[in-house]
This record gives sequence, structure tokens and C-alpha cells, in this order.
Amino acid sequence: MQRYFKTIRLFWSTAFASQLEYQLNFLIELLAMLGTLLGSVFILSLFFTGGRQLGDWTWESALVIQGVYTFLDGLTNALLRPNLTEIVNYVREGTLDYVLLKPIDSQFWLSVKKFSFAGLPEIILGLSIVFWATIQSVSTFSIYSLFVFIISLLIGFIILYSVWFLIAASSIWFVKTWNATEVLRALLAAGRYPISAYPVVLRFIFTLVLPVAFLTTFPAEAILGELKFNILFFGLILSTLFFIFSRLFWKFALKHYTSASS
Amino acid sequence: MLEYRIEIALWALSGVLPFIMFSLWSQNDVGNSFGLNDIGLARYFLSAFLVRQFSVVWVVFSFEEDSLSGRLSPYLLQPLHPLFRYIASHLAEQATRLPFAIAIAISFFILNPSSFWLPSLPQLFFAYLSTHFAFTIAFLLQSLVAALCFWTEKSSALERLIFVPYLFLSGLLVPLSAFPSNVLKVAMLTPFPYLINFPAKILSGMPVHIFNGFLAQILWISILVPSVNILWKLGVKRYTAMGA
Repeated sequence: MQRYFKTIRLFWSTAFASQLEYQLNFLIELLAMLGTLLGSVFILSLFFTGGRQLGDWTWESALVIQGVYTFLDGLTNALLRPNLTEIVNYVREGTLDYVLLKPIDSQFWLSVKKFSFAGLPEIILGLSIVFWATIQSVSTFSIYSLFVFIISLLIGFIILYSVWFLIAASSIWFVKTWNATEVLRALLAAGRYPISAYPVVLRFIFTLVLPVAFLTTFPAEAILGELKFNILFFGLILSTLFFIFSRLFWKFALKHYTSASS
Repeated sequence: MLEYRIEIALWALSGVLPFIMFSLWSQNDVGNSFGLNDIGLARYFLSAFLVRQFSVVWVVFSFEEDSLSGRLSPYLLQPLHPLFRYIASHLAEQATRLPFAIAIAISFFILNPSSFWLPSLPQLFFAYLSTHFAFTIAFLLQSLVAALCFWTEKSSALERLIFVPYLFLSGLLVPLSAFPSNVLKVAMLTPFPYLINFPAKILSGMPVHIFNGFLAQILWISILVPSVNILWKLGVKRYTAMGA
């Protein structure tokens, strides 16, 4: 276990050093992030024109969801995208062989190799929005709801990671998965809005098939103190299943790995 | 292109965003506040989806790859401008995408039978023409960023600075008529509304100033063509043939 922590530390300190060379990138990411946030808050405000509500969510509580989305988007930009989009290249160029030969779990290696520090401001900003909007909405929150919030964020992140990893792992067969991650990104964008704002069919899909609801709506409900305990329980089971499935799928995929150019 | 059928099907699917937005706007009855009933909304977003399918551009990503791997050097030696190579590959993929786009349109009509409509021939013609213009503008905008590849290695990061305003101002998420008038005025000064909103309005049969729209599209093209040309020429002088 200690070996894994040490590896992460080494990975991320080299990542930090190499990214210092691209400071302009950092600035661009920051600008893009602010633009995205401004735009999505603006679109969200269009739903509330004329004193309307969005699927029984008030303006402030809907902003909590935006905050959670921004936070997870930051994590995606920092960790998931840099690592998981590389898997395709390893498969295509045959360099996955070297990863598999390393004396460390290959899924672990592939998932944490890189860390993009440009995602950090988004993570911080997302959390700030969550707390600010929560205070605007319900004036205060208990330690208990903070605890439930952290658990449900963890659930959301594990689900998000597993789905990304599943798609990335399928590159063993398809070699190109860039478009599959685009589909995923488009669908995840649905998480910007509360799940109750969608038609019934989509609500069902976004809860059980592609659990977008667990990513943003439920953590937001948690911090607002509205999350039902059985949903949290269900989320724990679901995220465990997703994670186990991603591992099994990776093992299965590796059996089909034929390597390239070697 | 035909070898990557799954790829292209996925591409077509990755355009689902307008449909997600449609379900939100119609479910929450917001359409009325910007003068569109459910049928109008459905037609607008299906049109937006179709326009996007035939105007989406990724030249900056191909170009960055070619430039970093040194593949660009032989292209530069050829007597044809390298950008034409990318134009050709974009057009080829648009053609292969047509059947998937039709399939998605048909499934949309099955799910929302009341929204079914067939645009009249002139509507279809003008929508076709304006989508091509939209593609041209989007392509030129990205080429402008791609040309920056000659200065910085990571110009795909710069592409995000175009993508963000495109996402919110093009009309992909909401018809622009929903914008408050002061925001709308600013948005209309950018090229983005002419990329989705204008062609989609024509196709879905919403009232639109066809003449003004085309004028603006042509104006943007005539600004962008020389800019790309100049930046490209300056860039090629700096080109150091990385990786070759």
C-alpha cells in the first residue's frame, strides 16, 4: 500500500515539474474555465425567468448543482482525462507492453500516471460555489450533511471514474475511442441540471443506466440536507459494483490484448 | 472513412446535447417565454443537431498531430495548400455521417411524432447553403488557431477558447431568441450565432432575416480568409519541422 502512495507522489511531482514549462496552458485553462462557468450560469438563469423553478429546485439550490458539476469537471480535467485518454495511445503504439511489465497494478499505473494541475482552480472554485450557494439556500449546514456530502461525492467520483475507465479499456478492441469519450462528455453535461428537471424516461436512464444523478444531483441534495438515506445506501452499492466491474473488465480486456508492432 | 463506421456512429451520437437541452426546455415549459411552443422547440433542436453534424470541425487536432509528428513537412512541399487536405477529409466524413444523421432524425420523429415536418425546397436549399457557410466559418476559425501551432506546440488548448463561446453563443443549447436583448446584441457581433442558430432557424422554419444572415456569414468569411492566409504565411516561415 505504501508503495502505491510513494508512486503517486513521484508521478505527480514529475507531472508538476513538467507542467511548469507550459504556464501559458495554465492561463488558457483558467480562462476557458471561467468562460464555461459564466456561460452555464447564464443558461441556467434562462430557466428561472419569470419566477419559474427548475424541477422544484430554487435558483440557489440549482447553483449548488453547478458547483458540484464544476468540482467533478475539475477532477476530470486534472486526473481522468490526462490519464485515461492516453490508454488508446498505449494500445495503438504497443507501449502498453511496458506498462504491463511493471511490477505494479496496471490499472493503478494507467489511472494515476499524470495529474494536470490546471484542473486545480476548477476544483477549488467548484467547492467554493457549493458552500456559498448552500449558505444562500439553507443558511447553514450541519456536520452530518457535510459528511454525507463527502461520501456522496466519493460515490459520484468512483462511478465517473469507472465509466471513463470502461470506455478507455474498450480501446483494446476498438483502438480508437476518442469519440466514445465525446459521447460520454455530452451525456455527462446533463449533470449540470437537477435530475428532477428531466422527463421521466431520462430521469430513469440518468439514475440507473448512466448514473448522472449520482454525480451531481445527489451530492447537492446531501449538502442541502435533503438526501434520503436509502439513496445514499443504493449509491454505495452501485459505485462498488461499477468499480468491481471496471476491474473485471480490465482483466478481461487484457486477455484479448494482442500487442502491436512487437 | 467507411472503415471507421463505429467511430462515425459515435460521433453522430456525441451530438446529443441539443436533444438533452430540448428535453429540459420542453419539460419545464420555458419555451413559451421565448415564443416557441413544444413543436417549435423540437424542430429547432433537431435542426441544430443536423446543422452541427455537417458543420463540426476538428482541423486543429489533426493539424497539431501532423505538426508535432513531423508529417506536415512533406505536405508543405506539395504544390497544394495543406489546408485543402483537411477540407477534403472533413467533407468526406460529412458524407459518411449522412446516413447516421438521417437515422437519428427518424428516431427523433418516432419519439416526437407531432414535431414531424418536411422543409420546403427553398428552405432546404437555403439551410444547406448556410450550413456550408457555417462550416466554412468554423473551419477558418479553427485554422486560425491551428496556424498558431507554428508558434506554440499546444494549440489545441487554445481551441478551447473558441469552443467555450461557441458552445454558449451558437444556439446549440438554446435558441438565441431566449437571450435578454443586451446579451443578444453582443452575441450577434460574434461569428458564433451564424454557425448553428441561423441555419437551424431556416431549416426549422422559424422567422428569420435570410438576407441579413447570409450577408453576415459572407462578411465573416471575407474577414477570416485573408487573416488565415497572413497568419499561415508568417507561421510557415517559423516552421522548424519538429520530429522530422
